[in-house]
Amino acid sequence: MIITTSKPFEEVLKELEGEEKVFIVGCGLCATTCETGGEEQVAEMKARLEAEGKTVTGAIIYDEVCHELNTKRKFRENKDAVEAADSFLVMCCGAGVQSVRESTERAVHPACNTVFLGNIQRHGHFMEKCSLCGECVLEDFGAICPVTRCHKGILNGPCGGTDEGKCETDKEKDCGWTLIYNQLEKMGKLDRFRKIYGLKNWQANMKPGRVIFEKKGEGGE
Amino acid sequence: MTLLIKEHVKPAIQEILQAGKFLVTGEIGPPKGTDIDEMIEHIHLLKDRVHAMNITDNQSSVMRYPSLATAILIKELGGEPNLQVTCRDRNRLAIEADLLFAYTRGIRSVLCLTGDSIPVGDHKEAKAVFDCESVQLLQLIRNMEEGRDSGGNELKGGVQFFKGAIVTPEAIPIEPQMIKFEKKIEAGAQWFQTQAVYDMDNFKRFMEKAREISDKAYICCGLVLLTSPGQIKYMNANVPGVFVPEDLAREMEDAPKEERLSTGIRIMARQIRQCIDEKLCDGVHIMAIGKEDVVPSILEEAGVDIKKM
Repeated sequence: MIITTSKPFEEVLKELEGEEKVFIVGCGLCATTCETGGEEQVAEMKARLEAEGKTVTGAIIYDEVCHELNTKRKFRENKDAVEAADSFLVMCCGAGVQSVRESTERAVHPACNTVFLGNIQRHGHFMEKCSLCGECVLEDFGAICPVTRCHKGILNGPCGGTDEGKCETDKEKDCGWTLIYNQLEKMGKLDRFRKIYGLKNWQANMKPGRVIFEKKGEGGE
Repeated sequence: MTLLIKEHVKPAIQEILQAGKFLVTGEIGPPKGTDIDEMIEHIHLLKDRVHAMNITDNQSSVMRYPSLATAILIKELGGEPNLQVTCRDRNRLAIEADLLFAYTRGIRSVLCLTGDSIPVGDHKEAKAVFDCESVQLLQLIRNMEEGRDSGGNELKGGVQFFKGAIVTPEAIPIEPQMIKFEKKIEAGAQWFQTQAVYDMDNFKRFMEKAREISDKAYICCGLVLLTSPGQIKYMNANVPGVFVPEDLAREMEDAPKEERLSTGIRIMARQIRQCIDEKLCDGVHIMAIGKEDVVPSILEEAGVDIKKM
């Protein structure tokens, strides 16, 4: 799940300065769960923009705004409202915003801040547990990620800032390394903790990341 | 001016420890700005009274005059620097390049730290690096000593450092800390300074565990000067791995305001004396944190004169 938070309305209004006709895009997946770009939030945004004197030419919500072909199709389906708009306000993650960028030459504005890839712990409670580092180390650490769960992302044990299982940066946050230690101890696998972990390859996923399926029949027998 | 120091001379820290003598080190905290007059005074004050001076590296994630520049300055002023290197602000390329430079300017002793986290400092929106951490930094230096950088490329002229690291005797829980201590030794740490110690009984227990793990690594007790009841309350509440026990807190509280500093001096002198007399460890590291001018008084009260040791 891509976790987003809403930008303040004043910031959105500033983005839209000088643009009278706006088309709103929301997302039926992550942004709906995060309550940043679901039906309710899109309707509220529409009403607030109209109260500010804007014309909302259309508002759509569909699954996977990040799907570029899907977005292009949705734009074709809503041709009139899309063509009437000066600009597009995208109420989902940065991937969705840039997917819309591929579908129009006109101005595209983000309505959200994209914060992390998160786990849903319960309704409205999200937590970052994976940083998409490109070279998964979970096998070595009892399926708890030090790159993400430790504030410093270090790989050889807790830093001096660990404090009774909490992190020096925030007493509400668990020290990832204490979690890893406890887990490995429970599993009888502290030998993994004792092993020195060498320098990590931070370029395993070189930005911008790209994955393309190999076509069947290519690249070997 | 010396531009290149090629010959490998053992740094004072190594000489003293390997000779089985008690090591006394101090600390220089560079200022925020180019007015380094007071720091130079502190260097002059300490250089003949301690065996070596640590130079902190943007300590507490607060931007300051650089540790490497200060290490060279200490060298030029006739003192013995112990260069602190943290991994927070520099990636492996920058650290390696700095170490090459440090070596050519006669720096022979480094203390390897991960570094505090960015949010505790004064540049809260900065990007933290942590490309490596303390254990990997020790390994990286060992590789450089063997003639290669961390990219596996051959160095034209290598380095050789006496490699130090940090351990926190008051860490809770202590077990992961002790494993990390062991890993640091395996990665090449030859000596340790501890995070601030106040509870000497706990320190004794820590030393027993540490000696069980290694009888080769030298361990110096880190001591931070106490200056007021407020400072003690703050440290106990906010500084991880630092715990001032009740009796010391009371000793400070009972002191009249004008005697607080002298009380702090007395407490530290007593701790130094205990370390020496009871042969608890291999040395002490004195952190006066802004009150470097009282270090001579601490040493005098402890009856420590490095020229006579």
